[in-house]
Amino acid sequence: MKRVVPVVGLLVVAALFGYPFAWLVSASLKDRAHVFDNSLLPVPFSPGNYAEVWRAVPLTTWIANSVAVGLAAAVAATVASAVVAFGFAAFRFPGRNALFGVVLATMMLPGAVTMVPVYLEWHALGLGTTQIPLWAQNLFGSAFYIFLLRQFFLGLPPDVLDAARVDGAGPWRLFTRMALPLARPGLIVVFVFELKAAWTDLVKPLIYLREPELYTLPRGLKTVLDRYGEGGEAQWELVLAASAVATAPMVLVFLVAQRYFVRGAVTQHLE
Amino acid sequence: MVTASRREARAGWLFLLPWVVGFLAFTAGPMLFSLWLSTTRYDMLKPPEHIGLDNYREALTDDRVATALWNTLFFTALHVPAQVVVALGLAALLRRAGRAAGFFRTVVYLPVMTPPVALAAMFLLLLNGQNGAINALLGWFGFTGPNWTTDPVWIKPGLVLMSLWTAGSTAVLYLAALTRVPAERYEAARLDGASPWRQFWHVTLPGISGTIYFTAVVNTIASLQVFTEAYTMFFGARGKESAEGDAALFYVIHLFREAFESLRMGYASALAWGLFVVIAVVTAVQVRLSRRYVHYEGERS
Repeated sequence: MKRVVPVVGLLVVAALFGYPFAWLVSASLKDRAHVFDNSLLPVPFSPGNYAEVWRAVPLTTWIANSVAVGLAAAVAATVASAVVAFGFAAFRFPGRNALFGVVLATMMLPGAVTMVPVYLEWHALGLGTTQIPLWAQNLFGSAFYIFLLRQFFLGLPPDVLDAARVDGAGPWRLFTRMALPLARPGLIVVFVFELKAAWTDLVKPLIYLREPELYTLPRGLKTVLDRYGEGGEAQWELVLAASAVATAPMVLVFLVAQRYFVRGAVTQHLE
Repeated sequence: MVTASRREARAGWLFLLPWVVGFLAFTAGPMLFSLWLSTTRYDMLKPPEHIGLDNYREALTDDRVATALWNTLFFTALHVPAQVVVALGLAALLRRAGRAAGFFRTVVYLPVMTPPVALAAMFLLLLNGQNGAINALLGWFGFTGPNWTTDPVWIKPGLVLMSLWTAGSTAVLYLAALTRVPAERYEAARLDGASPWRQFWHVTLPGISGTIYFTAVVNTIASLQVFTEAYTMFFGARGKESAEGDAALFYVIHLFREAFESLRMGYASALAWGLFVVIAVVTAVQVRLSRRYVHYEGERS
């Protein structure tokens, strides 16, 4: 009995958590008459839904936009946060700890408070309807990632850094040659976290993107849902095909980088 | 001559420079700007017009704000405990998965990777009252499920149910915390003849109460700002002024629509500060409660 209960529990959990994925793929391959039948077998098999949604909306453009914005956001967040985190970890100077306190405080700041004024700033710069606000803020580092990478840099062996200092390595060399290679796992955590955050975000694309040619996948998917997911003429099979297209890349990223996601998630509360 | 410590300070500040600039440009500056903006009427066409505290007065008497605030608090009160309990259950199960732990962890965490828009689109069908899989499942047990996506009474519980699919993000934190509870404590409890239930209550819960508290606070702050799933399902071009729209009108959705659909930037800024105060108050209450109930390692209670 003692062994059976957890096994049954785990199988039920796996079924409950796995079903929506299996159903999504299956339903996206059904025809309109069968899309509501909850069966996991796509009968009759209608892979044409994908071709149809590709014809109906510029999915390729949206994917390209999402890739570009996602990579820009992830690269910017990783590089900038690493630079700042190294500043907090490797140098001693007056005001450092107070400033790090401010970094931690901004982690608790509700994003909704700065939503309007930051939009007005980008608008004043003439960039209010471009993709730039979707990633450019990451060029200045991001509080959670700074916190996370600082942990990594503090974990580096001090004697290795000291030895390099004695050898006359300047701060920048110390950072690029010693600290960055040693903190590689941390950099990957930040990269994949931010890639996922940028890929899945709807709020900023809703605020900033007006032209459908600039849409990222989530913004495009919202349009697909609004157009095909309502009323008598609803074509849910198209909505689900587009949903599968938006989801699949992140599933792949997770399967490849799973341990970094879990590691990053767990670091969140080691304050 | 520059001393070593001055050189160190200069290098340190240079590394921090990007963050300092970003903080001034995207956090501190906007907050001050927003505070000023909240005392103006500004539609982005005419210059801002100073109106004192009128925006705040309007917010306090606006029925939509009251509805949105009520919806948000109701959702949070349901969502946060549900999330904690389900994530605890998941973590306890994952703990006992043995060699298959990797597989089950993947299955439980994978939903977290789904873009919320896709998740919302999927659950509009899964939660559908007539044909949805969730009511079909309830039917197996003899229950007739409600119309989760159209009945105003059931919309928020439906959103909570949907949010449980991504409880894996919290579960992995609990799993990590569980492995840090010293095994000797369980040994001691077993020697005292404690049942598994008592062990859970007296060893496991105190051992991970710090993590539970942390996730409750973070989850509360996030859920007071709930936006994407509900907006995707019930707003935009969808059912704008319907009863569903009222039941799913959360605070940030109202703020967003005032700002970016009605272009009332001053009023939206006042709403944002209102939310800031609500979040600060709720968090302060949680901090006070934690002093009474949270047990930290190395502290004697």
